[in-house]
Amino acid sequence: MKNAIEVKDLSFTYEGYGDSPDVTALRDVSFTVPEGSFTAILGHNGSGKSTLASILCMLEEPGSGEVIIYGKRMTGEDVTDEDIFEARRRVGMVFQNPDNQIVATVVEEDVAFGCENLGIPSAEIRKRVDAALDTVGMRKYARHSPHKLSGGQKQRVAIAGVIAMKRDCIIFDESTAMLDPLGRRDVMETIEKLNHEDGVTVILITHYMEEASRADKIIVLDGGRVLTEGTPAEVFSDPEKLWEASLDVPQSTELLYRMKKAGYDVRLDIFDAEGCAAEISRAIEKRRGKRV
Amino acid sequence: MSEIVLKDVNYIYNKGTPYEVHALRDINLTLGGGIIGIIGHTGSGKSTLVQLLNGLAKPSSGKVLFDGEDLWEKPERVRAARFRAGLVMQYPEYQLFASTVYEDIAFGPRNMGLSADEVDRRVRLAAEFAKVSPDVMERSPFDLSGGQKRRVALAGVIAMNPEFLVLDEPAAGLDPGSRRFILGGIKEYRKKSGNSVIIVSHSMEDMASYCDRIIVMANGRVIMDGSCAEVFSRSLELIGLGLDVPQVTHIASALRECGIDIGRDVYTVGYAAEKLDSFCKKA
Ligand SMILES: Nc1ncnc2c1ncn2[C@@H]1O[C@H](COP(=O)(O)OP(=O)(O)O)[C@@H](O)[C@H]1O
Ligand SMILES: Nc1ncnc2c1ncn2[C@@H]1O[C@H](COP(=O)(O)OP(=O)(O)O)[C@@H](O)[C@H]1O
Ligand SMILES: [Mg+2]
Ligand SMILES: [Mg+2]
Repeated sequence: MKNAIEVKDLSFTYEGYGDSPDVTALRDVSFTVPEGSFTAILGHNGSGKSTLASILCMLEEPGSGEVIIYGKRMTGEDVTDEDIFEARRRVGMVFQNPDNQIVATVVEEDVAFGCENLGIPSAEIRKRVDAALDTVGMRKYARHSPHKLSGGQKQRVAIAGVIAMKRDCIIFDESTAMLDPLGRRDVMETIEKLNHEDGVTVILITHYMEEASRADKIIVLDGGRVLTEGTPAEVFSDPEKLWEASLDVPQSTELLYRMKKAGYDVRLDIFDAEGCAAEISRAIEKRRGKRV
Repeated sequence: MSEIVLKDVNYIYNKGTPYEVHALRDINLTLGGGIIGIIGHTGSGKSTLVQLLNGLAKPSSGKVLFDGEDLWEKPERVRAARFRAGLVMQYPEYQLFASTVYEDIAFGPRNMGLSADEVDRRVRLAAEFAKVSPDVMERSPFDLSGGQKRRVALAGVIAMNPEFLVLDEPAAGLDPGSRRFILGGIKEYRKKSGNSVIIVSHSMEDMASYCDRIIVMANGRVIMDGSCAEVFSRSLELIGLGLDVPQVTHIASALRECGIDIGRDVYTVGYAAEKLDSFCKKA
């Protein structure tokens, strides 16, 4: 499978000014993101997640190491402006605060904004905007004012804007952090739909472990380094390590972990309520069977 | 223990203009004691409600009674309410302003006209509760990380020793470890001071772990009001209101379907584990 993104030994330092010192935000970070995959990035506040995201979107120049976007190396002397432009066209970002991302006074104009900047003909923009609003389930609000929408709806409008630009990869930088439970549910459903149905490569930065448990792969950052990386099953199999890194595990895993410590034979890599209940019930049956 | 009573309160923004919003409708609540959580969809009126408690907002109709006294009857009561109900707004880190952390935390108690010694004592105690480490006291608050800034803002309100500590989404955007850290400090403050705490949050898991009572709001009204057990046992209604229950409550329902009934009042992982353990011992 081809990779959307390859990062090798990436380090990045914010240079100090005046008497504020340099801050090294990323240290020897390496990972790959296969095309069409869903990757979650976890890490404590200040662990380097947003820095990494802005480098992958070419908003920040990589420091040392290698960054390859859709097969094109973006580091080194011979990177052209066209290369950077092309990478920016393919990788988009949705931010945390829904209010800071709105630029227009009508939803469909807001969604069209990015396309207009790309110089796309207006008939084509019309088609893309309608399709994007359909994808995020916001078509009926096309002529509404975005300011009156709920947080979750605003985020879906922001996502529509990124989809309309036909990004191949979208990075969500804590895009669910300010939302209520319904807003979070809607945005997560939209993200998964983009990934499953439209083949969009998704990178989701989040503090919600249940959201991360839905990814194909989780990368955990800690103090600018990759602490651990693997499938949700692998990463969440060691709750103590995550607690130490100021993170958490889904409640299903925590409950199973406690059962395991109490001597039950249970797996930890189950993240949905029904599956978790079935696993507990199986373990209890098994122990009863032994007793008789 | 002090008590705040909201009596038939309505709140209307931009009354009489085309932008009129009826944000709170016929609210009747008695607040005081323990840690009270307020949950509700975005726009349900949570932030408006908490701004009524310290006199930042004046009800369009109805009364706010502080220990039986009508807040809006006398201007000095409104002024006193700012200190009696200390409000930590959403994303308070953007409201820091002083040149050192110490000065920032000292601002509130100084405004209350306390002696320099008392101010100093309050600042140090508040810093301890809010987990602001003593060695950042002389630093500029702007050099701190987001999580630390949030705790400085919290300390600034705690330093006024408010009878009601009111927090609007105090842990939003923080990593799970920092959430535990800040909410743990708030719980400790509650325990040691005996003062009441009111928390607005979108995290059902946090509310379940820290609150003694939960108020559910929807479209400007109070829809439910009860213990965690009472509120979280109504999961279908909560989901219908755009809210949720902790994942472990879903797991307990699924277990019941499998014939393992550990009760309908399960909302923390620790309690679920305990109940499972006693279920197995009985069986
Ligand atoms: N513009 C900047 N200038 C200086 N330091 C920064 C800047 N942005 C972030 N940092 C620092 O870099 C580190 C990583 O920050 P960030 O990438 O924002 O982490 P996260 O998104 O995981 O919270 C932190 O120590 C942060 O203070
Ligand atoms: N300053 C304001 N002017 C006009 N309407 C407002 C203002 N603040 C809040 N509202 C409206 O009042 C209602 C309740 O808002 P708010 O109390 O902020 O709810 P919550 O905190 O539950 O999200 C919403 O419809 C919101 O749009
Ligand atoms: Mg960030
Ligand atoms: Mg609010």
